[in-house]
Amino acid sequence: MGIANIVFAFLLLGAIVWFAQNIKKISRNINLGKDIDLNDRKSERWKKMFLVAIGQSKMVKKPISGVLHILVYVGFVIINIEMLEIVLDGILGTHRSFASPLGPFYDALIFSFEVLAFLVLFACVVFLIRRNILNIKRFGFREMIGWPKTDANIILIVEILLMFAFLIMNAADNALQIKGADHYTEAGAFPVSELMFGHFVNYSEAALIGIERGAWWFHIIGVLLFLNYLPYSKHFHIILAFPNVFFSKLDPKGKFDNMESVKKEVEMMFDPSADPYAAPAESDTPPERFGAKDVTDLNWKQLMDAYSCTECGRCTQQCPASQTGKLLSPRKIMMDTRDRLEEVGKILDKHGADHNDGKALLGDFIKEEELWACTTCNACVEACPVSINPLSIIMDMRRSLVMEESKIPNELAGMFTNIENNGAPWQFAQSDRANWVNE
Amino acid sequence: MEQESAFKVSTMADLATKGEKPEVLFWVGCAASFDDRAKKVSKAFAKILNSIALNYAILGTEESCTGDPAKRAGNEFLFQMQAMTNIQVLEGYEVKKIVTTCPHCFNTLKNEYPSLGGNYDVMHHSQFLQALIDEGRLKIEGGTFKGKKISFHDPCYLGRANEEYEAPRALIQELDADLVELKRCKSKGLCCGAGGAQMFKESEAGEKEINVERMDDVEEAKPDVVAVGCPFCMTMMTDGVKSKEKEHEIKVYDLAELIAENNNL
Repeated sequence: MGIANIVFAFLLLGAIVWFAQNIKKISRNINLGKDIDLNDRKSERWKKMFLVAIGQSKMVKKPISGVLHILVYVGFVIINIEMLEIVLDGILGTHRSFASPLGPFYDALIFSFEVLAFLVLFACVVFLIRRNILNIKRFGFREMIGWPKTDANIILIVEILLMFAFLIMNAADNALQIKGADHYTEAGAFPVSELMFGHFVNYSEAALIGIERGAWWFHIIGVLLFLNYLPYSKHFHIILAFPNVFFSKLDPKGKFDNMESVKKEVEMMFDPSADPYAAPAESDTPPERFGAKDVTDLNWKQLMDAYSCTECGRCTQQCPASQTGKLLSPRKIMMDTRDRLEEVGKILDKHGADHNDGKALLGDFIKEEELWACTTCNACVEACPVSINPLSIIMDMRRSLVMEESKIPNELAGMFTNIENNGAPWQFAQSDRANWVNE
Repeated sequence: MEQESAFKVSTMADLATKGEKPEVLFWVGCAASFDDRAKKVSKAFAKILNSIALNYAILGTEESCTGDPAKRAGNEFLFQMQAMTNIQVLEGYEVKKIVTTCPHCFNTLKNEYPSLGGNYDVMHHSQFLQALIDEGRLKIEGGTFKGKKISFHDPCYLGRANEEYEAPRALIQELDADLVELKRCKSKGLCCGAGGAQMFKESEAGEKEINVERMDDVEEAKPDVVAVGCPFCMTMMTDGVKSKEKEHEIKVYDLAELIAENNNL
């Protein structure tokens, strides 16, 4: 074990600690949401997760981006096997330590990593072109201006650089193996890197060792930094997509929850033996708010949704309001929820639990006009590849507007009055309901 | 030939006084009770049921809004008040099975009433009619729409909300018509613009109305008939077709109307 291995071990440990701290913070933020029990129907949940998250079944509804995404996804998962070896080599000072125990299977593995690395590279280049050159509408909505666009480009460029480093490392290694250099035992199959960097064999052994070590360190440091970029980025979806699909709604999409807090009060109104003047039961908890004004009024699943969103915009592309130029964009609802939650988390870190910054998700981030443009058609919910439900947040905010703040569009207030007075959203008498039979 | 007998629809109360119970309750809904265009759909559906002497009834003046528009507009109190009032009425008549021509009523009665104590077997009329055909109780005779191009506009609360895409299409195929899909259909169907209480308000500012956007798909498919299965879609599609001045070429009908017309009812 040399100095390099000690440096590596420290870097690795530092990266893991940093990442763990951020995970803890995100998990704390998600748990600021209200409790909701989603541990029922386990087998259905596993099935849905295998199909939608692991199987990417919703991704391929858009064939081009879907197939390209599967390349990156499969590449990422498989190439991570190589990461195990790289980390072990880094700590122990060995080189390609999996080669001798795995034998010919190792060659096959390296062969597949090479091919996958190339496919990932290819997909990321196409993604960059799609985002920056082709005029694809869903990447151009107003919520994508600035940081979200930069975030997307950083992710793609880092992935391209990492794949390049990986292939350069392999090419130099291969050239060193051909030259019979010490330490570089013959192992692996390098179809892609050989093709891309075949001229490496002309370099001196010292130069090649420099290239190989340089690429190795660039790659592993890049991976550790990228790991720690995830919690700050929309790319966090690679972790949360799986639990998010697992805990997603299994009921028909049209079934909205019946609010328990309302149910209690309505049941009392229907109970002839209830005493309207009875003092409310003693309780330590303050009365529950109707609907959601801020992120802490949402439940933890809705907050997990926000951290799972990778801003692909399939929801917004399908939304009838977004398509006809209204202010509403379901993707923005999710992005606002995450932004506000991060803000609330930071305030909590800085000032403790009782500080109020006087801001709220509803009003300071999301405007009433956005909420009232929704037709509750579920197109956004249907479109999301990781089972995010923007509609449930929209509904909870409408509830807050109506039941807490009485901010109701005039026509809807009239509709409510009609239902209350004559049992129909229009001003027709209930006694006329069967008139159609004789008309 | 028998002279057209007077059109008659029994109420639950009528039957109860005779000590009878119907096979199914026809939940008419507000739009189909009061909207002039939608009333024709109620009549068409009732005529189909009458033509096979199916024993059904309506609640008549005892029916009230399911509460769907209130709930979708954020007024959970009003929704639950409506739901509990309706459940009391339905329990009073020991209702087990409900059919409705409105997907909003269908969704609410089917999915949102159970946890408030109302458990019923609820069907949309497209499912109900299809079941009657499958059971051999309803025959589709005559070929009024044979070879006609018919597109089906999926209602959100039947399609995505409850994943029923096939029953309406099966009915259109029973008519020997040529089913022409709109570009955005089934799970990707574009909303007519009226769901979520939008029916009762002006839309927010934008580049265009959603039902006008939908006409792009209709104009591309060039059907003779746009079939709908929802009173709100009926209004929105009819207005959309008019906005393009296509009302003479493209007719908007409910599925029940197509079957009633085909069967000369």
